[in-house]
Amino acid sequence: MRTIQDIKNILQSVSDPEIPVLSIMDMGIVQEVESRPDGSYLISIIPTYSGCPAMDTIADDILIELSKEGINAEVKQVLTPPWTTDMITKKGRKALEDYGIAAPLEANADKAALRGEAHHVQCLNCGSTNTIMVSQFGSTPCKALFKCKDCHEPFDYFKCLK
Amino acid sequence: MDKERLKNYIILLGDNSMVLAHRLSELCGHGPELETDIALTNLSLDLFGQVRYYFQYAADLAGGDTTEDDVAMLRLEHEYRNALLVEQPNKDFSYVIARQFFYDVFHKSLMESLVNSTDDRLAAIARKSIKEVAYHLDFSSLWMKRLGDGTDESNERLQNAINELWPFTMDLFVITEEEKWAAENKIGPDLNKMKDLFVQKVEDVCIEANIAIPEDVVFINGGKMGRHSEYMGYILNEFQFMQRTYPNMKW
Repeated sequence: MRTIQDIKNILQSVSDPEIPVLSIMDMGIVQEVESRPDGSYLISIIPTYSGCPAMDTIADDILIELSKEGINAEVKQVLTPPWTTDMITKKGRKALEDYGIAAPLEANADKAALRGEAHHVQCLNCGSTNTIMVSQFGSTPCKALFKCKDCHEPFDYFKCLK
Repeated sequence: MDKERLKNYIILLGDNSMVLAHRLSELCGHGPELETDIALTNLSLDLFGQVRYYFQYAADLAGGDTTEDDVAMLRLEHEYRNALLVEQPNKDFSYVIARQFFYDVFHKSLMESLVNSTDDRLAAIARKSIKEVAYHLDFSSLWMKRLGDGTDESNERLQNAINELWPFTMDLFVITEEEKWAAENKIGPDLNKMKDLFVQKVEDVCIEANIAIPEDVVFINGGKMGRHSEYMGYILNEFQFMQRTYPNMKW
C-alpha cells in the first residue's frame, strides 16, 4: 500500500520540460494528491501561466512516471488557489539559479525592476545588480529577459507572479 | 434558462480574447524585432489560455459531448460575439499597440470586477487572469508612450491608428441582454460604469503619450450582436480550417 507521500516522492522526478532542473513539486504546481477507493490517485495541478503549453506535457509526464510504478492516476487542472511564485520552494529557487535563471523577487521589487525604475535583479554571472530589463516577455511566459551592464551577460529572470 | 444565459455570457467574455489572440498569433515570426515578436506571441498565449478556461466552462454548461473545441471552432460568423475592435487587422505596429492598449484597459477593469463575481468559477478564472492582464497593460501602455512620444513619424503613425480604432471602442460597452442579466445578478460588471473609467484611463495615457483622442466621432457598433466587419470571415476561414476539414481532430 502506497502512501500519499510515496506518490509525491515519485512526482519529484517529473519536471517542467522548459526548466528540466525544477521538479513540479518544488515548483509548487501539485496542489493535491488524493487516493481513490479503486486504488487510483487523483492529482490536482494548478497552471503557472494560463497559456503555458508545458501544462499538458506535465500532465502526460505525471501519468507516464506513475504508470512506470504500476499506478493508475488521473490529472486534473484546478484554478484555485491561483499559483504564485511564492509557491516555489527554497530548493526550487536554488535549482533555478544554478540553472542560470534568476529567481523571482518580492512583488514590489519585481515591479520596479520590470519597469526599469530600480536595479534589483542580480546577474548570475558576476553578481552585479547593475542589470537592465531587455524585455518583459522572455523565452517562456514565466520569464523576462535581462542583461548585465557590467559583464554584459544576457540572462533569464523568472517573473514574480502574485 | 439561467444556465443557457450564463453559457452565452461566458461565450461573450471569451470571444473578445480569442479573436484578439488569433490576430496576435498572425504576428508570430513577423514582429518588428525579436523581443516584441516574443512579447506579442506571449500575450496571444496568455489570452488563448484564458479563453480555454471560459470555453471549458461553457462546454460543461452545454453538457452532453460538447467540448471546448466545439465552442471555439464550430460556430457560424454571426454566432461569434466579439467586439469589432479586436477583429481589426495588424495594419502596422502602431495599430497592433493601439488595439492592444484599448483592449487591455477594458480587459483589466473587467477582471477587477469579475474577481468579485457571485459565480465562483468565473471569479477563479478572473483571479488567475488578472495578473497576466496587468502585464499586458504595462506592455501596451509603455509602447503607447514610446511611440507617441518618440519621433514625428512614430507619433503620426500612432495618431492615425488611434483615429481609426477609437470609433470601434464603444462596441465593447454595448450592453447585451446577457450582460444586463449578469450585472443584475452581480455575476458581471455594470458596463456603463466601466465605460467612464475606460475613457478616463485611456485619456491619462494618451496625455503622456502626446496623442489626441478624436472628437465628434461616430462610433461603430454591432460585433457583440453578431454583426461583424468584413475581416471576420477571413479570420474564421483560417481559424476554423483544420476543425472543418478534419472534424474532431486532436493535436
